[in-house]
Amino acid sequence: MIGRLGRYWLIAGYLFLYLPIVTLIVFSFNESKMASLWTGFSLRWYYAIFTDDQILSAVGISLKVAFAAASASVLLGTLAAFAMVRYRRFFGRTAFIAHINAPLVVPEVITGLSLLLFFVACEELFGGISLRGLLTVWIGHTSICTAYAAVVIQARLSAVDRSVEEAAMNLGCRPFQVFYLVTLPAISQSLASAWLLTFTISLDDVVTTQFLNAPGSTTLPVLIFSRARLGLDPTVNAVATITVLLVGIGVTIASFVLVRQERRRAQAQAAAYRDAMLAAQAQ
Amino acid sequence: MSDTASVAGRLESAPKEGRSLLLRWLPGGWGRKSVIGIPYLFLLLFFSLPFFVVLKISVSETEGVHFKDLFDFADGTLTLRLKLANYIFLGTDPIYLDTYISSIRFAAITTVICLFIGYPFAYFMSRARPTLRPVLVMLVSLPFWTSYLLRIYAWKGLLDDHGVFNNLLLWLHLIDDPIKMMYTPFSMTIGMVYTYLPFMILPLYGILVKADPSLLEAAGNLGATPWKAFWLITVPLSKAGIVAGSMLVFIPTVGEYVIPELLGGPQTLMIARVLWDEFFNNVDWPMASAVAVSMVGLILLPLVLFNHYQRDTRLR
Repeated sequence: MIGRLGRYWLIAGYLFLYLPIVTLIVFSFNESKMASLWTGFSLRWYYAIFTDDQILSAVGISLKVAFAAASASVLLGTLAAFAMVRYRRFFGRTAFIAHINAPLVVPEVITGLSLLLFFVACEELFGGISLRGLLTVWIGHTSICTAYAAVVIQARLSAVDRSVEEAAMNLGCRPFQVFYLVTLPAISQSLASAWLLTFTISLDDVVTTQFLNAPGSTTLPVLIFSRARLGLDPTVNAVATITVLLVGIGVTIASFVLVRQERRRAQAQAAAYRDAMLAAQAQ
Repeated sequence: MSDTASVAGRLESAPKEGRSLLLRWLPGGWGRKSVIGIPYLFLLLFFSLPFFVVLKISVSETEGVHFKDLFDFADGTLTLRLKLANYIFLGTDPIYLDTYISSIRFAAITTVICLFIGYPFAYFMSRARPTLRPVLVMLVSLPFWTSYLLRIYAWKGLLDDHGVFNNLLLWLHLIDDPIKMMYTPFSMTIGMVYTYLPFMILPLYGILVKADPSLLEAAGNLGATPWKAFWLITVPLSKAGIVAGSMLVFIPTVGEYVIPELLGGPQTLMIARVLWDEFFNNVDWPMASAVAVSMVGLILLPLVLFNHYQRDTRLR
């Protein structure tokens, strides 16, 4: 259907997208310290990772920050999505939407610089206590990730059928029950994907983190960046391979679970509909 | 008569009633206030306020390590002192001007290359077998989930003087000496195209897959060659996707820091790198702040154009 040109174009495109990742993985098993000349199979760089305290502590910090930032930003993003979808009119709505979307377009060097200068000003205001560290990195990541979470959740929330909520209210649900029993299950999938997305964004962030971190809060990307700047480093390849593997497993499991949930929900919906039809026929 | 009126009245009041019920989360509308207020407050505090700090520092005079207050109240007069030296320096020093132009140029080149590769790619994706399409889409978006930093680092191994490409060419005896690819405009552009290509492909695919094939059929029946039909029907109909994809590529590349730092060289001037150097190497905070403020202009201009375009198409 797409002809020979189309097929070649697609193959070349996917090669372009995947070639770097594949070479990264292949050369992580290379014996030589020269990261691009194949000399033989070896697992020494994996061994090197697990004995490298810098990397291990950076992984721990990264996971901690990403977990906290993803959770906080999904919470804030859900509130923001509700505000944008459900409240069509409130004071400063345009400014609110601009605020939610701004982190998506503002370069990270600006976000990082401004937050750092803000925290420095706060430190002076509070009399010289040092704020920089995990807390500031977490705040920086959260303010960026909230934008992404809000976009993902908003898309789902605006597609939720309001009449189901109204039906629940007519049947005597209190507003919080409506939210908990109707709205939340309907948007739960988007909450999960927003959480995963913001988790990976936080786990990947270099620039903002570099501005906001302190010696004790070096995250994995900051460490990798400092090593990659100096040149090729086979331990970076090994780290990359492990991340690709984990992400692959994670994405597969997540999509599997989501597909199953979706199917179950569709089945439940169909069953409810069938019961209602039967009841109507019996009357 | 009165019956229909009451029915109409009930219909009108129904949605309102629903909304007021939902708003009754907490007494006095506090639910609504906190739903709007909490994220708003967070972003005001940690996104906008910091930017005003930058704005202030960019026009502040320094006194040792401290910044003087902008407002000075003495002898019954309030004086506002703005130090514009940093901005004047930005506007007159050719290095900064060159860097702005170079940032825009690299972003524009990247956008054009992405469009050139991405448009046919998205087009062929949208014409592939329907059962194959979800897999193709997933394969484009999958790299998103792996670290962007690591994917850029991977190009270092490919393009290095002793990298995979050079080794391969040497081994094939196509070249005698390694070609210098790393730390050049070429390596940086390749890194940017590679990173942002999916941002071009996905919105284009979203539009192209919805295109109505009967329009092309009609054009064919009226005597247009497939090529002509493509240019006269498919391309104009996908204009929204072209604009959206170009924005999604241009805006992040113009302020990109990591790719120029890892793959670029001395010839590849990028504004974000200048900001970084002013801050971390020269420790000139006011100058870095002035660069940051001027960078916002660089981002705002395409955004305004984009909004303008969107309003235009909506009016039509």
